[in-house]
Amino acid sequence: MAKATFEVPELTQYTEVPAIQPGAMAHSATFKAKEEFQKDLGFPGELVDDWQSKAIDKMGELLGRYRSLQVYMDACVKCGACTDKCHYFLGTKDPKNMPVARQDLMRKVYRRYFTWGGRLFPKLVGAEDFTKEVLDDWYCYFHQCSQCRRCSVFCPYGIDTAEISMAAREIMDSIGVGQKYCNEIIGKVYKIGNNLGLPGPALIDTLEGLEEDVYDETGVKVRYPIDEEGAEVLLVTPSADFFAEPHVDGLIGYGKVFHEAGISWTMSTHASEAANFGMFIGSYENMRRVAQRIREAAIQLKVKRIVFGECGHAWRVAYSFLNTLAGPWDFLDPRYPVPQHICEFTYELIQEGKLTFDKSENDDKVLTYHDSCNVARASRMGDMPGGQFEIPRAIIRATCNHFYDMDEDTIRDRTFCCGGGGGLLTDDLMEVRVKGAKPRLDALNNVIQEKGVTHMAAICAICKTQFSKVLPYYGMEMDQILSLHQLVSNAIVLTPGPDDEEEDEDDDLDGGDLDNDNEEMGDEAA
Amino acid sequence: MAFLTNFYAFLFYFAAFVLVSGLAFKIVQYSRTPAPLKIPTTPAPTKRSGVVFRMMREVVLFESLFRGNKWTWIFGWMFHFGLFLVTLRHLRYFMEPVPFLIQLVQPFGIYGGLAMIVGLAGLWIRRFYVDRVKYITSLSDHLILGLLVLIGCTGLLMKFVFHVDVVEIKTFYQGLYSFDIKPLPADPLLMLHLFLVASLMIIFPYSKLLHAPGLFFSPTRNQVDNPREQRHIAPWAKRLEQQ
Ligand code: SF4
Ligand code: SF4
Repeated sequence: MAKATFEVPELTQYTEVPAIQPGAMAHSATFKAKEEFQKDLGFPGELVDDWQSKAIDKMGELLGRYRSLQVYMDACVKCGACTDKCHYFLGTKDPKNMPVARQDLMRKVYRRYFTWGGRLFPKLVGAEDFTKEVLDDWYCYFHQCSQCRRCSVFCPYGIDTAEISMAAREIMDSIGVGQKYCNEIIGKVYKIGNNLGLPGPALIDTLEGLEEDVYDETGVKVRYPIDEEGAEVLLVTPSADFFAEPHVDGLIGYGKVFHEAGISWTMSTHASEAANFGMFIGSYENMRRVAQRIREAAIQLKVKRIVFGECGHAWRVAYSFLNTLAGPWDFLDPRYPVPQHICEFTYELIQEGKLTFDKSENDDKVLTYHDSCNVARASRMGDMPGGQFEIPRAIIRATCNHFYDMDEDTIRDRTFCCGGGGGLLTDDLMEVRVKGAKPRLDALNNVIQEKGVTHMAAICAICKTQFSKVLPYYGMEMDQILSLHQLVSNAIVLTPGPDDEEEDEDDDLDGGDLDNDNEEMGDEAA
Repeated sequence: MAFLTNFYAFLFYFAAFVLVSGLAFKIVQYSRTPAPLKIPTTPAPTKRSGVVFRMMREVVLFESLFRGNKWTWIFGWMFHFGLFLVTLRHLRYFMEPVPFLIQLVQPFGIYGGLAMIVGLAGLWIRRFYVDRVKYITSLSDHLILGLLVLIGCTGLLMKFVFHVDVVEIKTFYQGLYSFDIKPLPADPLLMLHLFLVASLMIIFPYSKLLHAPGLFFSPTRNQVDNPREQRHIAPWAKRLEQQ
């Protein structure tokens, strides 16, 4: 763990609402995207000359494109209900991290240029010119929002700061001020196919290694196929699942579930990434372009169903947007929703009695479950509203004997973001990430103390990477965060196939090497 | 007196025009602006009827605010419900004959007026004493609160202390319907009350009071959660597909 250059907050039993401390995070500056990365996405390479008028034009365009933005700019009454709901405010004390204050950074510009009140009486209504200082504030604070939507749950008008952050980032991109982390990653997806920039042959290699590992450990040949034409299911999963801990244990679990279900499946080198960072930068065009790869892969591999691996915002884009961005899916099997979540897939098999578990395999752990923000508040699983909360918990209960939920105020649709979502999962935002994790970790610490919880399961690549990084700052262990399907993987009883009889003799493979080499890569993977 | 009466007649024609046209403009703008993506805050209803129920809970009970902040909810709800009763009570000035329900609601309108003031006071105090709310408050927020409090106080004063001739007021408003301008009682309190109400009507479409129509257009609240079942696509996004 890197030594912290900032003060790590003390965990408290309940997350208290701090007194505001103006400017506490004003120094936070995530790296800007260099020209080459901007160009890949169709954005100018550096701040354009007449940026102010260009930005205002862009804002006008977006106001006409997104009803959410138009309504949310007008509707806020400054009631303050959202002010204590953002984990970044709770962790950093900076008042500009209060959702309404974050929105106001844009709203004051909106009022100045798009409303009568702001044109005539700027002082009175808090309108301001779009100056360089305001732009700098935008860059700073719109990159301290993980687009987790917690604020929108409590707002009487459902004002979603995520929508505003996305629009702000798109406006900034359009004048040449992009964030390195997000934009570089999107470029990698275009060029290579995934966030990590893992080329096809490397993936194939890794999956072969996985098959051997699983065989060595279980004596059963579980397949991890890629680019296999004619498979029933296309699995699209975050690229972190291929390498990093604890992600890869989840992937191993998916493979075992498919094995037991007897359903053929494949991954794709073309769509070797579930994540869609186009959403984080608010760019419909880029989000669409990233999503199209999945359609292309599905057609090319002639699959009948699409299933997504564990990833929070990827699931939001998949569940809520994929039909819009890359549909219609009329060439797939109409009996199944498109796409499905791996948890829905596993849960159905459990319901049908097709999976057998030995729960005692997880007896060395006491579990809790972290609802990932985008799964909780921006998507669903199953037929019933709230299935996104119940289905993962049902899977945990089916595979583990010891499970406790965290404080009711911090789970389900009131869950706290891990602190690394929305394109903030980069080392240059470490302070924001560590401080933003405090509310979640307060609640986690509570169940650790009171219920003896040892591990927290999650179904999001960003959450997993973020927690493995920030847990040590708070004196916890990085491996206390697990993939949900790792629990499935541990407990599932595998049925040997016809060629599984003879024991494989060579045991030179050291399964441990995956863990160490690739911890660093996880950062970009999510 | 003729001057004042004419002035107020003009003021109310103007205020009504601004209110109606301004709101109509906003409502048309909101409904014309596409919502290209499905973004309901989940868990969300999977059927239209469920969304209607969700919206009703938001409009009538302020459900989200209730979850968000109990104090703001209590004061905010008191104010709005009070305002609702007061508005119903005032309908007697604009209707002839006065419907039975409106007659029935008259005494409750007075309690409504009191609740309104208490609610507004609570909301205003928060703006000074809660540091987070103070931080986000701008001058216009104080002014709007002040305006509403004054409207409420002048109204209650006329009810309890300085009575005015309500029959004449009614004649004045009835006259406005047919552009027949009848004299308004020259009562300073009434003048102030009416002036403030007209101001409120005028700023309504140009201020945060737009939260009223805004709520109905908020995609996080009014969308059905069915993106997998039904393809949702905005016209401008559709054009991207044809390229
Ligand atoms: S809860 Fe909504 S209306 Fe209230 S201050 Fe926050 S954004 Fe504005
Ligand atoms: S979306 Fe999440 S991170 Fe952004 S302001 Fe709202 S609560 Fe904070």
